[in-house]
Amino acid sequence: MKITKLFTNNRKLVLFSVIFYVVVDVLHLTGVLNDYWIQITNVALINIILAVSLNLINGFAGQFSIGHMGFAAVGAYTAGTLTTIIWKLGVANSITKYLLFAVALILAGVAAAIVGYLIGLPTLRLRGDYLAIVTLAFGEIIRVIINATGYVGGPRGLLGIPKLSNFTIIFFVTLLSVIIMRNIVFSTIGRALKSIREDEVASELVGVDITRYKVLAFTIGSFFAGIAGALLCHLLQIAHPTQFGFIGSINVLVMVYIGGAGSISGSIVAAVGLTFLSEFLRLGIDNLNKIAPFPVGPEWRMVVYAVLLVAVMLYRTAGIMGGREFGILVPEEEGKNATGSQA
Amino acid sequence: MQPVLKLDSVTHYFGGLKAVSNFNLDLPEGVLWGLIGPNGAGKTTIFNLITGVYIPTQGKIYFLSEDITRYKPHTVVSRGIARTFQNLRIFPTLTALDNIRIAGHFRMKYGILGATIRSKDFYTSEKELTEKAMHLLELFKLHDRAYSPAKSLPYGELRRLEIARALATDPKLLLLDEPAAGMNPKEVENLMEMILWIRDHFKLTVYLIEHHMKVVMGICERIKVMDFGETIAEGNSSDIQNDPKVIEAYLGRQKNHAKG
Repeated sequence: MKITKLFTNNRKLVLFSVIFYVVVDVLHLTGVLNDYWIQITNVALINIILAVSLNLINGFAGQFSIGHMGFAAVGAYTAGTLTTIIWKLGVANSITKYLLFAVALILAGVAAAIVGYLIGLPTLRLRGDYLAIVTLAFGEIIRVIINATGYVGGPRGLLGIPKLSNFTIIFFVTLLSVIIMRNIVFSTIGRALKSIREDEVASELVGVDITRYKVLAFTIGSFFAGIAGALLCHLLQIAHPTQFGFIGSINVLVMVYIGGAGSISGSIVAAVGLTFLSEFLRLGIDNLNKIAPFPVGPEWRMVVYAVLLVAVMLYRTAGIMGGREFGILVPEEEGKNATGSQA
Repeated sequence: MQPVLKLDSVTHYFGGLKAVSNFNLDLPEGVLWGLIGPNGAGKTTIFNLITGVYIPTQGKIYFLSEDITRYKPHTVVSRGIARTFQNLRIFPTLTALDNIRIAGHFRMKYGILGATIRSKDFYTSEKELTEKAMHLLELFKLHDRAYSPAKSLPYGELRRLEIARALATDPKLLLLDEPAAGMNPKEVENLMEMILWIRDHFKLTVYLIEHHMKVVMGICERIKVMDFGETIAEGNSSDIQNDPKVIEAYLGRQKNHAKG
């Protein structure tokens, strides 16, 4: 097997990714993009993983889950605890620290996947609102457990996590995660998930083991949420229970539905768009406050943000992308089939 | 010859309601038999019992001598029983092609790892599946619609798509639940031809539920009549048409004063 065919046979996707990476790096080195904007870019990339992985559960498999940050918390605390302990031993040098981080990332994913599997197995018999309530409760349970566990810092948060995330690592982990999830979506597994979303009974009666696939979607989604959580806490050097609470989960959910449930491209657009929009609004309100004859408080940021969300949902009910994908994300063998399909 | 499908005194209750009572069936290979009865007679329940949607309260179901009574629907399908639905159950936002390809799902030769890294098995398996699905679409004259979302197809084409999807699971037994529902006389004509053609072309055994008398009387070799969960008559079309119990079930009891 040729290595070029592994993961993707779409040269344009590889080319685009490399160009994007080089451009951002060059802009950073030349000082056009300062550390602040690189940080925002990193957060946006992590949000891509979170949104795409939640989309796998909500948009593709049609299982309404709203506790996604709970899985991210499991990943963040697993990886964060591990690296912090080993870091303190002082055994990691400039090369082994990346090896350590790779192991920590995988463990974070696995830990979150195990929790996802255990949660999914009993709860995925529930449908719609009921499943949503259970996943919501689960997310809160995770947060409360972390809050009550002194060993990982409790309500103070897990401090002193080594800064192992950087743009390069986050970019390539995000790229790989998105490609893997895309590959799953454009395969018989993805079609099985979509058929469950469309009609559970019919899906079962054409041979899809729906329980298995629902749990699978949940497990894969949790795996990548765990990785995203681990990337985030090694970027911010802190894991804090409030990061992974209900508001965080809702933010990811908003990205999925604004972008378009059942569209990987949509989740990417929305994750990047909303992350930057939030920052632009912060700057915009600050500047407005300087020139406006009356005080404009930072709370207006959330008002404008919310109004924009409402507007998108009013004028594009299926999200920005609907169910469509960018051509670059569609595997060649799918061709016309994917461009024709839209939710 | 051993039957393809055997239902041995199958009884099913919904709570206190007896939906199916002591239903027996020995379906020989290659036949086209029908099941009729007024609304609520329990016909679709029989299909749901065979395909594992419900598990019978009493009785056994055998498919090619294998006891499938307690099998889950997806296992039943993998053994070789496919069905269509009374009210179409198509995957609306998926393309016609994907609707068919999903039905080949359990025969795929790659797993999640193969899909992730795009193994050689993935490409060969997908190619085979897509070619097979395209062939089926062509047989049912739906190939122009392969890339259209199913919801954009007209009703008649959706009916054909659903049958094609059932056939894509490579069944040995095909259960058709009111295939003529909502069709005009011309379409019914075509449907009857198509069912016979499917049986011969795919070498299937077909069991059919239908309201449309013309279809049942026209193509079914043997017919069973149900009313209120009970089997009330069985035989070929002329036996059925002259059976007083059947006439009563459909038209009501003949009053004496009608004769004067």
